[in-house]
Amino acid sequence: MKNKSLSIPYVVWMAFFVVAPLVLIVAYAFTARDGSVTLDNFNNMGVYFPAFYNSFALAAAATLLCILIGYPLAYFVSKESLLVRKVAMMLIMLPMWMNFLLRTYAWMSLLDDNGLINQFLRTVGVFDLVNALSGGNMTCLHMINTQGAIVLGMVYNFLPFMIMPIFSVIDKIDPRVIEAAQDLGADNAMVFRKVVFPLSLPGVLSGVTMVFIPSVSTFALSRLLGGGKTLLLGDLIEMQFLGNAYNPHLGSAIALVMMVIVLVCMAVMNRFGEGEEGVSVL
Amino acid sequence: MPKELIRLSDCVMKFDNDVILDHINLYINDKEFLTLLGPSGCGKTTTLRIIGGFQKPTAGDVFFDGVRINDVPPHKRKVNTVFQKYALFTHLNIFENVAFGLRIAKTPEDEVRRRVEEALSLVNLAGYGKRAVDALSGGQQQRVAIARAVVNRPQVLLLDEPLGALDLKLRKDMQIELKRIQQQVGITFVYVTHDQEEALTMSDTIVVMNGGKIQQIGSPEDIYNEPKNAFVADFIGESNIIDGVMQEDYVLGMYGRRFPCLDKGFAPGEAVDVVIRPEDIDIVSPDQGQLTGTVTEVTFKGVHYDTIVDFRGFKWLIQTTDYSPVGARIGVKIDPDGFHIMKKSAYSGQFGDYSSYSAEYDELNEGPGKAEDGDEE
Repeated sequence: MKNKSLSIPYVVWMAFFVVAPLVLIVAYAFTARDGSVTLDNFNNMGVYFPAFYNSFALAAAATLLCILIGYPLAYFVSKESLLVRKVAMMLIMLPMWMNFLLRTYAWMSLLDDNGLINQFLRTVGVFDLVNALSGGNMTCLHMINTQGAIVLGMVYNFLPFMIMPIFSVIDKIDPRVIEAAQDLGADNAMVFRKVVFPLSLPGVLSGVTMVFIPSVSTFALSRLLGGGKTLLLGDLIEMQFLGNAYNPHLGSAIALVMMVIVLVCMAVMNRFGEGEEGVSVL
Repeated sequence: MPKELIRLSDCVMKFDNDVILDHINLYINDKEFLTLLGPSGCGKTTTLRIIGGFQKPTAGDVFFDGVRINDVPPHKRKVNTVFQKYALFTHLNIFENVAFGLRIAKTPEDEVRRRVEEALSLVNLAGYGKRAVDALSGGQQQRVAIARAVVNRPQVLLLDEPLGALDLKLRKDMQIELKRIQQQVGITFVYVTHDQEEALTMSDTIVVMNGGKIQQIGSPEDIYNEPKNAFVADFIGESNIIDGVMQEDYVLGMYGRRFPCLDKGFAPGEAVDVVIRPEDIDIVSPDQGQLTGTVTEVTFKGVHYDTIVDFRGFKWLIQTTDYSPVGARIGVKIDPDGFHIMKKSAYSGQFGDYSSYSAEYDELNEGPGKAEDGDEE
């Protein structure tokens, strides 16, 4: 059929660039260097528990922060006039047009012990004041090379992915549905709690997906903002392919385990949003 | 003596410089079925939204039970609305949709259960509580919207073209259903529609609106039999509207002849609009007729024939069970009570000539084509 032939390029693309890599990863994960089938790669996984823990904990924290910042922002922007909405959305997208590394370097120079923020605090005399009060000897607010800095980097880089889907869902809520709730006796707080928020959950769900997944697998952030002190899965996997520890089999196994955990997380989340028309990754 | 429940006093509504409502004065009695009837953009939906509290009039007052409620927000009014296109909560099942208002009022759970079941059986949807909104047809969703509103026992139910999105058959069923519900729960219904037949079927009182003004208020019979001006005569049912002159009481001059009629009280020689309903005209042989004309078009309509007859260049619509072929010379006879005399108005001369008659007029009046522009205002 004519329509069917149109889909051939996509099928080929999917086969080569989606299915084939997955098969390769699975194949690598279950083999040793000499090519024999083995589960050794998984048996040693326990050693890397801290990396798993750090990755998922930091990604979860970043996702939560993105919801806390992004939801109110999306909500209030959606109430504004068309012009304000357009400008606001452009401003939110604006940082995305700049290179990821550049943005992160900018944060490095902001957060450094002698960076712009500390210089500013020092100049206005905040540290002198604190020292005078506590009798301590504070010279700077230590921010760079902490887990907090990594989370900040994640939030800063991925926040637009949270705002956009929430905004578009709230924006599409039929105003008559809100009027119907008011008509039935709901004040503004109640309208939000019982109608707007539940109806916007699909947007939150896809926002969570779009923030959580890149956060879990990010690798440059921990080195640039975390000073390499916090080993994340992304870095661990990178090391197996490019670093001294060269071991693609172990790297594939880690990637596979990470993927399975992410899929399970998403499945659980989609269960919560069942019946909603959310974006499902499964 | 019916009790007055809602009063709109000199209400004006303007958006920028557009006048949507032009000094509306209207009172609505308790337990009355009142219909706001008019074409798109006539201000009927705006009037409803003012009563519901979704819009504030630019000038004028709204009273509910004698209390001024201009500044009372919708959630504090003892009114509930059935919205156009239903506006159901898609994240809740049918039961929770209906229970929404009761839950907000913190009604005890067993009472919620009882009243929701009651409301669902009132709209013939008993047992549908667990279903999702999407799983219901348009007519069923409409009934859920009605149940969701009546379950709160409002004193007034506002209905904004609730049947507009339904097909003709379903609409006719729902009209009867709505009238039954209104009588059963015994509350005031304020109903907005552009469908004259719907208005005639259900209402106790019809308010005909056009151009932001009330054209006529009256019972369906009054509106049909005694239209106040050419707009009302044309909008409600089919009308031939002809220029005439009242020669004296009970004598109408038209086409240079004198016709006996039942109207009086006009100045001798006053120019008037004469309404003759198509079903009030009898076709007779030319020598017996008060007027003679030529048949130009005949359409079979089932119960009757729509016959278009040319009387000296002015075409009339006659609805009759007698078939007259095109080109036939016929006479017509009209009883004195078949004439309805109206004073000249701004609408004189705009309506009531069937020269541009098309056999599809019925469909145009009732079809869903008109329903989709219901979002006006």
